[in-house]
Amino acid sequence: MRAPSSELPIVFDAVTVTAGPVTILDNIALTLAPGAPTVLIGPNGSGKSTLLRVAMGLLAPSRGRITWGGLENVPPLKRAIVFQRPAMLRRSAAANIRFAMRAAGIPRAEHARRTGELLALVGLGPLADRAARRLSGGEQQRLALARALARDPAVLFLDEPTASLDPPATKAVEDIIRAVSHRNIKVVMATHDLGEARRLAGDVVMLHRGRIVETAAAASFFDTPQTAEAKTFLAGELLV
Amino acid sequence: MPTDATALQLVLNGDPALFAIVRLSLYVSLSAVMLAALIGIPLGAVIALTKFPGRQGVIILLNALMGLPPVVVGLAVYLALSRSGPLGSFGLLFTAGAMIIAQTVLVTPIIAALTRQTIEDLWIEYRDELTAMNLGPFGRVTALIWDARFSLVTALLAGFGRAAAEVGAIIIVGGNIEGFTRTMTTAIALETSKGDLPLAVGLGLVLIAIVIAVNALAWTARRAGERLAG
Repeated sequence: MRAPSSELPIVFDAVTVTAGPVTILDNIALTLAPGAPTVLIGPNGSGKSTLLRVAMGLLAPSRGRITWGGLENVPPLKRAIVFQRPAMLRRSAAANIRFAMRAAGIPRAEHARRTGELLALVGLGPLADRAARRLSGGEQQRLALARALARDPAVLFLDEPTASLDPPATKAVEDIIRAVSHRNIKVVMATHDLGEARRLAGDVVMLHRGRIVETAAAASFFDTPQTAEAKTFLAGELLV
Repeated sequence: MPTDATALQLVLNGDPALFAIVRLSLYVSLSAVMLAALIGIPLGAVIALTKFPGRQGVIILLNALMGLPPVVVGLAVYLALSRSGPLGSFGLLFTAGAMIIAQTVLVTPIIAALTRQTIEDLWIEYRDELTAMNLGPFGRVTALIWDARFSLVTALLAGFGRAAAEVGAIIIVGGNIEGFTRTMTTAIALETSKGDLPLAVGLGLVLIAIVIAVNALAWTARRAGERLAG
């Protein structure tokens, strides 16, 4: 089991992100603590991806502050992210994973063993030597997960990891996410797929127009939503 | 006017003078491309990934230098290497070394400018991933150069095309000395002016064949590499 991470909790303190006149995140107060996956839900443009980027440290807040384990400006050595459309390096699947390990400073002696383990975890063992860009969309997404895990993260951010995947590929990715979570890696995932949120979430954070409208344990959120926005979203109605 | 048979005979009979010229031409041009790649690829990548005051001006200048007139480069290198020039003590004027220097000056901006564009395009695609991996500047440059390697072949070919085809710079700094600094392009210019056209036509055919062969080789290698690495 992983030791408690110094990355957690990740605390957003009145975080606002603006781009010119547009407010993308508005006064976000949120604590991401160790435990079951936290799922960010909300319609497109609600600020989910931006929140993940801020949490990852890729984007600085325009106002407010964010801390990782109580500290500001912590380099993302123990954080990893899988983007909605991950860029595959022009190398083999195995070389993509080795590259991430080198970047994370993992000793070269461990590369071969860990690459094998990670490829097996995501079911790509037989495709280790296949050019990553020649893999299918689902295989690329699984490889991106393996590449993120190659950094041995304490926190894994996933930005709509199953968007545009078919059901079998979605199930494969969700199974990996569950396995990752059971390894005591904190998963923070953005999705607008309510079914996926139900299947994976421990906690739910609902965003709308850059603001958090509701935060709750998953069971509570889906059974007894408190806000009008959450009720509308869960009812499958358009939230504009 | 020579017949094609006359020109081809020189090639088919393995004329020693002709092949000495071909060897020297390849030595000079390939050396210049290699040196220009060593300078231009890292330079282009650094410009692509670095923000600094005047960057746009540097990019415009670099692009403009792709059209550097060979005779002007030849003149500048001549002045630098001449006995009274800053590099005169090296005694390089009218040697193959001087011709390599002149062609390196000509080819470096081409390779640097094309590399800059290639790396910048790839950086747009990779930026999020490499930033999330907390990769430092050196790691980014090397990763991008490696992943752009197949596209950079085109930059090298453009550089080789420039080097193999130019005559203005190397005739000034090399002097077109028979058996010493005579290359295919300088020989073609000389033989044409003398009216001795068979050698000029033979060299012209060889030059075109070499350029086609180098491009075909590079293209084949690129396709094979892309198939393996994606």
